[in-house]
Amino acid sequence: MNIANLIKIALKALANNKMRGFLTMLGIIIGVASVITMLAIGQGSKKSIQSQISEMGSNMIMIQPGADMRGGVRQSASAMETLKLADYENIAVETRYLAAVSPTVNSSGQVIYGANNKPSTIYGVNQDYLEIRRYSIGDGNMFTEQDITSAAKVCVVGKTVVDELFTNGENPIGKIIRFNKIPFTIVGILTNKGYNSMGMDQDDIILAPFTTIQKRVLAITHLQGINASAIKEEYTEQAISEIADILRRNHKLKPDDDDDFTIRSMEELSSMMTSTMNILTVLLASVAGISLLVGGIGIMNIMYVSVTERTREIGLRMSIGAKGVDILSQFLIESILISVTGGLIGVLLGVLLSLLVNFGINFPIYIQAWSILLSFGVCTLTGIFFGWYPAKKAAQLDPIEAIRFE
Amino acid sequence: MKTENIHTHNSPASPSPKGARGKEIIRLEHIARDFHVGDEVVHALRDVSFTIREGEFVTIMGSSGSGKSTLLNTLGCLDTPTRGEYYLDGTSVRTMGKNSRATLRNRKIGFVFQSYNLLPKTTAIENVELPLLYNPSYNASSRKQKAIESLKAVGLGDRLNHRSNQMSGGQMQRVAIARALVNDPAVILADEATGNLDTRTSYDILVLFQRLHAEGRTIIFVTHNPEISTYSGRNILLKDGRVVADTENNTIQSAAEAFAKLPVEED
Ligand SMILES: Nc1ncnc2c1ncn2[C@@H]1O[C@H](COP(=O)(O)OP(=O)(O)O)[C@@H](O)[C@H]1O
Ligand SMILES: [Mg+2]
Repeated sequence: MNIANLIKIALKALANNKMRGFLTMLGIIIGVASVITMLAIGQGSKKSIQSQISEMGSNMIMIQPGADMRGGVRQSASAMETLKLADYENIAVETRYLAAVSPTVNSSGQVIYGANNKPSTIYGVNQDYLEIRRYSIGDGNMFTEQDITSAAKVCVVGKTVVDELFTNGENPIGKIIRFNKIPFTIVGILTNKGYNSMGMDQDDIILAPFTTIQKRVLAITHLQGINASAIKEEYTEQAISEIADILRRNHKLKPDDDDDFTIRSMEELSSMMTSTMNILTVLLASVAGISLLVGGIGIMNIMYVSVTERTREIGLRMSIGAKGVDILSQFLIESILISVTGGLIGVLLGVLLSLLVNFGINFPIYIQAWSILLSFGVCTLTGIFFGWYPAKKAAQLDPIEAIRFE
Repeated sequence: MKTENIHTHNSPASPSPKGARGKEIIRLEHIARDFHVGDEVVHALRDVSFTIREGEFVTIMGSSGSGKSTLLNTLGCLDTPTRGEYYLDGTSVRTMGKNSRATLRNRKIGFVFQSYNLLPKTTAIENVELPLLYNPSYNASSRKQKAIESLKAVGLGDRLNHRSNQMSGGQMQRVAIARALVNDPAVILADEATGNLDTRTSYDILVLFQRLHAEGRTIIFVTHNPEISTYSGRNILLKDGRVVADTENNTIQSAAEAFAKLPVEED
C-alpha cells in the first residue's frame, strides 16, 4: 500500500478518536515545547554573557591585589595594598604581549554641578583605559600625560553624567563639577556606549588621572588594581604569565610563596561562563528531553491499546489481502503522525513560550534552527521507536484469531 | 427452479457429482489439519478431498466442531493444512509464503463473515474499496468506481455514503458482500453469513447469493443450518473433520419465492 493511502488511513483512525489522539499528542507537545524553550533560554543567556564579555573587551586582563580567594575568607587590609605604582610601571615597560595598561583606583560619591547632583563613581586611570574598556572621546579631549604627572583636577565624563548634571543644555567642556567637594574640570566627553547586556549603564562614568584620585580623593599610594589589554585574545595566557613573573619579582616572593595578587582575564571568565552555560543548557534540555521520552511512552501505550481495540480490523485487513508489512506500516505511520503533529504543535508552542519569556520577563532568549530540527527529529524518532513494538505486534497477529477477537 | 447446475467430473480425487461445466477453481487432495493443544492432537480435518468448479454454489454443512471453519480458512488461504495439497485456481497453496498467500487472498478470494466485520464509522464505499487498497493496480478513482459498481450489484446503490453504524444488519451484510465481490474473486467464501440475521433478512441475503450465483459467481457457503442447503446446488456434509456426504441438489429452492411466502413481520 502506498504512503498516501497509509496516511489517509492513519488520519481517519485519529479522526475517529480525536480526544485520545490529542491527549497522546499532549505528551509530545509538552516535551518538544519545553526542549525548545529550555534551549532558547540556555542559549540566550550564553549569548548574552558572551556579548557582554566582548563589549567589555575579550582580551582584557584584570590584576587585583590579594591572593586568589574566590568565595574564601576576607583578607586583611594590608594584603589588599600589594599593588604599587612600580608594579604598573614595570608591567607597562617590560611585557611584550600587552597593548595597553592602566592603573585603577576608584571612589564612589556624589557629583555636584550647580543645583544638580547625582551619585556616581569616579575612576582614576590613565589614557590606556579608553582602549582597554573600548571607550572613545566624543567631545573635547582625554586628559594628558602632563595631567597625570601633576595630578591635575581634570576629568572625562560619560553621557549620563552630562545629562543629569547639565540639565539646561550648556556645553559641559571647561565646566567644573565637584566630586566629594573636590572640583574637577571637564576636559572631554565619552561617546555613548549605552547599556551593557546586564542592564548596566556604561555611560554613567567619570574618568580622572589615577594620580589625582590617589592623592586628592583617596589619599593612598597603592593601586586598587591594574587593567590591561593583551595585543590579541590568543596572547592572553602569555601576557598573564609575564605579568605574574614581574609581580612576583617586584614583591620579592619566594618560589613556594603564594601569589599576593590575582590575575583574571576575560578570556578565562568567558570560557568559564560559556562552559557553565553549556552545562546549564544540557541540564535544562535533558529535563525537557525526559518529558519527550515520557511523551513517547504515552504513544506506545496508546498504540498498544489501539492495536488491541482494532484486532478485528487487523484480522479483516489481513484476510482481504493486507500483508504483515502493510499492517506494520499502517500503525507505524499512525504513531509517527501523532508524534510529528505533536512535534509541530510543540515547536510552535515552544517558540511562542520563548518569545513570551523574552517579552514578558525580559529574559534573553536565542532560538537556534538546530534546536527546532533536533526536537522535531527526536520526536519523529520517538514515534518510530515507540510505535514499532505495537505495530510489530499488530503485524504478527494471526488473521484467523484476530478476526474472531471479541 | 434452476436445473442447469449439473456437475461433470473427471478428477479421481474428487467425489463430487458429474456433469458440471466450467474450469476447476478449487481442488483439495487429502487435506488434513491437526491442532496441537497441550499434549493432545485435535484432528480438525482428516483426509478431505473434493473439487469445486467455476459457477458452483456449494453449502458446507456440519454440526458445531465438525471442521467447517477450519476448512473454510484453508480454502481462504488463511490457514495451511498439515498434510495434503490445495490448488486454488491452478496454483498450489501449500508451498506459498505468508505474503504470497496474502496477495492470493486479495486477488482470488472474497470473504463474507458472520459478523460483517465492517470498519466502524466508515462509509459503505470506503468499506467496499478496502481490498483494492492492497492492490497497486487500482488508483483512487478506479477503486471508487469499482466499489460503487459492487454496491449497486448488491442493491445498495442508494446507500453509498452511509456509515456502518447507520445501517441495519442486512444492509451491513450487503456491504460486506459487496466488499467480497469488489476484487472479482475466483470464489466467494461465506462463513455463517446469515448467522446473525433474523429469518426475513436471512432470506433476503440468500436471494442475493442466489442472484450472484446466477450471474456466474462461484460461492461456498458454510452453515450449520440444513435449511439453507436447499437453496444451493451442492451440499458437502462434514463430520469430525471428514466429508461424509457430497450430494448434488437437483431441486434447488428459490430463495425469492420462500422470501415472498414469509409472513410480513409487524413492527
Ligand atoms: N486454533 C485451534 N486450536 C486448537 N483447536 C482448534 C483450533 N481451531 C479449531 N480447533 C478445533 O478443531 C475442530 C474443528 O473446529 P472448527 O473448524 O471451528 O469447527 P466448526 O466451524 O465446524 O464449528 C474443533 O474441535 C475445534 O476445537
Ligand atoms: Mg465455525
